[in-house]
Amino acid sequence: MTARTLYEKVWQSHVVRDYDDGTSLLYIDRHLVQEVSSPQAFAGLIEQNRALARPSAHISVADHAVPTRDRHLPLAEGLAARQVERLIENCTRFGIDYITMTDDRHGIVHVIGPELGFTLPGATLVCGDSHTSTHGAFGAIAFGIGASECECVFATQTLRQRKQKTMRVTLNGALQPGVAVKDIILALIAKIGTHGGVGYAIEYAGTAIATLSMEARMTLCNMSIEAGSRVGMVAPDETTFSYLKGRPLAPAGEAWEAALAHWQTLPSEPDAVFDKEVDLDVAALSPHVSWGTNPGETSPVSERVPDPADQSDPVRRTKMERSLAYMDLKPGMPLEEIDVDHVFIGSCTNGRLEDMRIAASVVKGRKVAPTVTAIAVPGSASVRKQAESEGLDRIFIDAGFEWRASGCSMCVAMNDDRLKPGERCASTSNRNFEGRQGQGGRTHLMSPAMAAAAAIAGHLIDVRKLEPTT
Amino acid sequence: MQKFTKITSPAAALREADVDTDVIFPARFLLLLDKAGLGKHLFHERRHRRDGTRTDFVLNTPPFDQAEILVAGANFGSGSSREQAVWALTDFGIRCVIAPSFGEIFYSNCFKNGALPLVIQGDAHERVMLAAESGKPITVDLETQTVELPDGEVIGLDIDPYRRRTLMLGLDEIGSILADDADEIAAFEARLRASQPWLFLDDGRLERLFADTRAR
Ligand code: SF4
Repeated sequence: MTARTLYEKVWQSHVVRDYDDGTSLLYIDRHLVQEVSSPQAFAGLIEQNRALARPSAHISVADHAVPTRDRHLPLAEGLAARQVERLIENCTRFGIDYITMTDDRHGIVHVIGPELGFTLPGATLVCGDSHTSTHGAFGAIAFGIGASECECVFATQTLRQRKQKTMRVTLNGALQPGVAVKDIILALIAKIGTHGGVGYAIEYAGTAIATLSMEARMTLCNMSIEAGSRVGMVAPDETTFSYLKGRPLAPAGEAWEAALAHWQTLPSEPDAVFDKEVDLDVAALSPHVSWGTNPGETSPVSERVPDPADQSDPVRRTKMERSLAYMDLKPGMPLEEIDVDHVFIGSCTNGRLEDMRIAASVVKGRKVAPTVTAIAVPGSASVRKQAESEGLDRIFIDAGFEWRASGCSMCVAMNDDRLKPGERCASTSNRNFEGRQGQGGRTHLMSPAMAAAAAIAGHLIDVRKLEPTT
Repeated sequence: MQKFTKITSPAAALREADVDTDVIFPARFLLLLDKAGLGKHLFHERRHRRDGTRTDFVLNTPPFDQAEILVAGANFGSGSSREQAVWALTDFGIRCVIAPSFGEIFYSNCFKNGALPLVIQGDAHERVMLAAESGKPITVDLETQTVELPDGEVIGLDIDPYRRRTLMLGLDEIGSILADDADEIAAFEARLRASQPWLFLDDGRLERLFADTRAR
């Protein structure tokens, strides 16, 4: 048998049948259900009078539309309240466990899946949300699906899929101080483009991976979709196993031993062949920021806003001109001279404990610039609680940040946390699309350390240049 | 699902790469609970000024406000998995998007809703774009797998046979999986349960974790 990759092993162990057109029926172990992509899927089930194939394969939470303030109060009348209500009704009707907004298990789907041990190596996991790629950090095949596919998983526990090609991204070297895994993924997207990964399942490998925490690996896999890949994976190792051990939904006792023995067989074999190979020297990286309206329009912060006139490809040039017009930036302007009005630290990309710790270490003993409104939004109630037990909330609040409750918040601006037209934000989220953080708002993507530094300086700045605190 | 066989229509030209799903369907409208009626929010920011008046965006401009075809640049529909992007397109009346490449989740969402995303690249794509800009009708025929331009040029297509059949017959995919594959799924599930039992949470783990909320 030919040497197999991690992706191929998990894929093959979940194929129910192959069809003669080259597609396969893939068995889905786990499904995370949220309020935005599920109402129409449930409506389809109800309309067709169909039951859930396996209720214990799903857990549910409302994360996109929930407010991050005054969580003890009932939701104000309106669309968001109706959407959350609908989710609760549907979960009750179909027997799916639902986590309320005030529950200490609450959080963004992609933060709580791993926290609860719902996400496991070797599993197939889906959610009606493109950042489901996050869970691939555990060696799962995890991918975002549309509402119709959610309905299919509800009813059949399967999806008809075509196997992806495989791409290995080899990350070698050690990150320099002040440089984060966010800079790796931004640099990778700038290198291969927002379409570079379409059709591929990415596996991140190389010497840098072994040194990365599960949190950092999740950041990496999370933004695979921003390179076009539905799937981003890391082979499970000791870091993975020690993260999972003792989590409430992880196997325990003998089952843990059996699972562990299986998980250890999952990594790609040394002579496995990938359809595409990309290398990135991690040691050479410096902090990155995005300047355009997709995550590929990113540069080292030491550089200047690029000039569309230097772009030879006419399609790229037009896109760049449009991006700069939307972002209200002039070619040649140093990126570090861009002033920001808002700073957002949070999201499923960078809303975990490690991110909060890093951001807090930057703002500690400093003050947010008077021109800036800064919010720190933990990705889950558990992150919030742990951060508070370490006193991080005090550090943020003393510096002038607002300390909020868990949710997607200003990553997607479906609740009250949003930019006004023309406002500019340094954000640790994953998308800088037009209007993403509010109609007419402008987003610069960066790491938690860089966003924290921007809050202090009032403009984009290399975090390594901040004046030392006295 | 609505069948797709052949359409003839003026095509709206959107000469732009990387049109993401946030542009196609802004996030704040994701709070709506139904599929129907989303067309009015399609490309909302491009079609409306902040004061509510309408822009001269192509889909506001006759005859393209009636277009059933949209011709766009590379990487159309990248970003979020929101199927609302497709529901908004089809509700508006657009059944076919032609682009050199697509965001993967958007691409697969189209087929679930009777819409056809067509990959046409290179010079042929430019000729389709020019034809769209001329305002003359273009024909997309799934039966013969061709696109016919107003000057008579016929471009041959290569469409995934399963997806083509699904669109042409308006098949209900879930229904056919349940009808044809239920036994195989059950047998597979039993095998998986035997080999990787920890993947199944009905062994008490889920019940223990949610004992408090289930009791309520
Ligand atoms: S934090 Fe942002 S990217 Fe993540 S799930 Fe929420 S809206 Fe999507």
